[in-house]
Amino acid sequence: MKTPIPHDIPLPLPAAEGFLKILLVVSFIAHILFVNLMVGGSLFTLYYQWKAKQKKLYDDLAQFIAQTITVNKSMAVVLGVAPLLLINVLYTVWFYSSNALTGIAWILVIPLVAIAFLLTYLHKYTWEKWRNQRTLHMSIMGVAVLIFLFIPLIFLANVNLMLFPDRWSEAKGFFSTLLIGNVFPRYFHFLAASIAVTALFLVWMLKTKWTASYKTLLDQRVTLAREFYKIALGISLAQFFFGPLLLFTLPKVGLSGSLYLAIGCGVFFAAFAMHLMAKEIKTLTDTQFAQRILPISILMTLTVLFMASGRHLYRENALASHKEAVRQKTEAYQAKVKEAQLAASEIEALAGGGNRGQKLFQSCAGCHAKDTRLVGPPLTEIAKIYEGNPAGIVAWAKAPGKKRADYPQMPPMTLPDEDLKAIAEYMLGSH
Amino acid sequence: MDFPLFHLDFLGNRLLIALIATLHVVISHSLAVGGMALVAMMERKGLRDSSWDQIAKKTLFVFFVVTTTVGAMTGVGIWFSASLVNPTAIASLIRVFFWAWFVEWLVFVTEVVMILYYYLTWDKWTGDRKRAHVQLGFNLALFSWITMVIIVAILAFMMDPGSWHQSKNLLSGFLNPIYLPQLAFRTPLAMVMAGGAAYWVLCFVKVDDELRSKATAFIGKWILGWLPFLLLGSWIYYQVIPEAMKAHMGVAITTQEYISWYKSTLYTIFGAVGSVAVIALSAITFKKLPKLVMILPFIFLIGLMGMFERSREFIRKPFAIGGYLYANGIRKDDYPLLQKEGILAHAPYVSIREITPENTITAGRELFTLTCTRCHTVTGVNSVTDRFKVMYGAEKWEPQKISDYIAVMHQARTFMPPFPGNEKERFALATYITSLQNNPEKLEGVQSHGLEFNAKDESKVPASVQEVNQ
Ligand code: HEC
Ligand code: HEC
Repeated sequence: MKTPIPHDIPLPLPAAEGFLKILLVVSFIAHILFVNLMVGGSLFTLYYQWKAKQKKLYDDLAQFIAQTITVNKSMAVVLGVAPLLLINVLYTVWFYSSNALTGIAWILVIPLVAIAFLLTYLHKYTWEKWRNQRTLHMSIMGVAVLIFLFIPLIFLANVNLMLFPDRWSEAKGFFSTLLIGNVFPRYFHFLAASIAVTALFLVWMLKTKWTASYKTLLDQRVTLAREFYKIALGISLAQFFFGPLLLFTLPKVGLSGSLYLAIGCGVFFAAFAMHLMAKEIKTLTDTQFAQRILPISILMTLTVLFMASGRHLYRENALASHKEAVRQKTEAYQAKVKEAQLAASEIEALAGGGNRGQKLFQSCAGCHAKDTRLVGPPLTEIAKIYEGNPAGIVAWAKAPGKKRADYPQMPPMTLPDEDLKAIAEYMLGSH
Repeated sequence: MDFPLFHLDFLGNRLLIALIATLHVVISHSLAVGGMALVAMMERKGLRDSSWDQIAKKTLFVFFVVTTTVGAMTGVGIWFSASLVNPTAIASLIRVFFWAWFVEWLVFVTEVVMILYYYLTWDKWTGDRKRAHVQLGFNLALFSWITMVIIVAILAFMMDPGSWHQSKNLLSGFLNPIYLPQLAFRTPLAMVMAGGAAYWVLCFVKVDDELRSKATAFIGKWILGWLPFLLLGSWIYYQVIPEAMKAHMGVAITTQEYISWYKSTLYTIFGAVGSVAVIALSAITFKKLPKLVMILPFIFLIGLMGMFERSREFIRKPFAIGGYLYANGIRKDDYPLLQKEGILAHAPYVSIREITPENTITAGRELFTLTCTRCHTVTGVNSVTDRFKVMYGAEKWEPQKISDYIAVMHQARTFMPPFPGNEKERFALATYITSLQNNPEKLEGVQSHGLEFNAKDESKVPASVQEVNQ
């Protein structure tokens, strides 16, 4: 291992570890679903708006999809808080370390996403107004899309880097962390999933009452749904390339049989869902509209559940040895802390006697010395001013004025009166 | 000390959190907690006089867009920046307050769903359903307030952990003595600020004159109605701030050079509240305000709140969690060990374990990163170089003098934690600081220069672990 072992914080977890881990996986799935819809939605909006030049229908479609982004993005953010909290509490040492190592990019997430959100609103509410400035209008969404494409890279770099403590020493800024582990295969896997999930979501939307006010879309819903299904199916096929790419580029440390099993189950349900999609493409009609969308969604959810569990198993395996080392080191360190505390309290008890004023004078010694000027005037000078007047020193120390032009102001000292009095007597007495 | 340390040498780490947090608090108080209540009130007036509906919706639109973009992201940003600036503090808080935050999250999800629903159904729930829509608005306001009720507990806890030290559980955190007074202060502040924000909206939207004057007067009444509660709340709050913290108040509100201005600052606070009251009164009497005047209350109130947040942050120093964890990220309990054996002996990410005459300055820089950077920069905001310049002027700095000062700095300036290392380390730090007098070199954080560590540590991994790892 090439990096030293840190200590964990010595406070217990707020609940059983296994329970928190289940919460993490489940809440993460809810979050990532809406992230997919937000990213996919913005890609679809831009794509159809671009195609609207050829066909008016696509303009309505793009506008309709744009309506969904602003809702989905709010859900994506708020649902992200729980997994963030859980990963903080479960993987404190590892997550915060990767946050720090990618620090600038990590904090840039905040302003960048806020800007992207504002742009999606601007885009949505200027649809009619800027109809004649298509380039301007589209480039607003274009910028938002660029941001939405960049942000996942930051998150992936973080959750990836945290898994490989022995390579933390290679991180020199955010971009260097992209080369550790397998960030890019993960990224493409995520992007493809976003497109597929959004395509299925749009089929479902065409079936609900949300489309009721978009008559042009309703009239064409069979054609559109077929197109969405084809996209979803095509992209899912592509995942048979991106998926294995991800799996085979994973560093060996975390691989295990249970990981392959989880992924295998995920693939099984995905294949089943794809079979149903193919059927839908063949049999779709207006009267029998998208009847298999529910089973397809359930199967896809199962796929995601297994994939997310696989991801979790990998994380646990990859971190197991480092975690154990951290635990041992923390324990040993805490024992030492206790020991030192005990020793310190004994010394304090022994030193109970001695000259109180002299000891307390340490509070002032940083600025006042016997006969040289430090930050404040020397004791010889003070003793002259306050001869026989210790109370004057106490009063001054509590609320110092501004007296000497070539000295900074002295800060008020927040010690109890009797302590200040002891100090004052010591100051005057020692000369 | 146990995390790689992020550092911004220009802006300063504290300012990063402060900027994000202040923006978030301004938005969440004024546009969410107070704002939703105000919008619901306006919508309710629309039940009798339909022209109100227009202004209520426009106000909601602005509040909605801002809260779901900048508001939401700065909320997340507090976590992000805290994890960078003081990871130990936020990690400890999360372990203690996990369930409070989890419940907060559930309420927060409800709040977001409700605000989406409230806004998107505005034009759909008409006629008979309008009344239900108004009710939805009030429920939303209630939920926003509940999120505040929870988060204030956490804030109050950080200032005064009460009996938590002994029992270390969640409930004792909630029962701490500052909790209710803070709530008594923040609730009316949110309400008054909502009025200020609504005036901004009124400045920029197009509505007919009659509605504008009605709205001007109404918002004036809203503000004036809440102001006495705000004064009362601040008084109650001030009463309970623990004595030790109160002592810093002078430094907290301004900086130390201006301690004597403390009183006049207090007058400024009353001035701000007073002028808001006068503006509200004239709005009610004349039913009209020049735009330039209309935007003032919000600005004054943001200033007031900023000052309040700054002093709140400041008065809990030297602790990040009162009595438990110092603001430098080191636990109070760890001090005896670190002061005896040295912090360099125990911090994982340092390149120097043994100080020698050759490596003194590098060791000093690492010590500075570990013990001072959570609050000071080298060349930027609150830079240590400037601090010592103020103390020593042009005179040549001397390591021994500086070292002596660092030994007692927590007594001279009670908002700073004691130095957590041993005497040798103190001197190394002082030597590094001395080197800054003539060439203050920017200090980089781990986000750009990467981790530093001692080559010897590689073999320190327990053997059993190394085996597992192969
Ligand atoms: C941070 C540095 C600092 C510390 C710590 C400090 N002082 Fe001072 N002290 C000063 C400075 C600077 C002056 C000169 C102020 C002036 O003349 O404007 C001063 C002046 C004084 C004077 C002279 C007042 C006079 O009337 O001329 C007294 C007495 C004094 N300090 C007492 C104390 C005592 C007692 C303590 C400790 C409890 C203490 N100081 C700690 C910086 C300090
Ligand atoms: C908890 C945050 C915190 C930490 C940690 C901290 N300081 Fe400070 N320090 C402050 C603040 C706040 C001020 C006052 C700034 C002002 O005057 O506005 C200050 C002021 C100072 C001053 C000027 C004091 C005077 O009497 O004028 C010096 C010197 C200083 N710090 C050095 C250090 C050194 C060295 C370290 C590390 C060992 C350190 N500080 C750690 C917060 C901190």
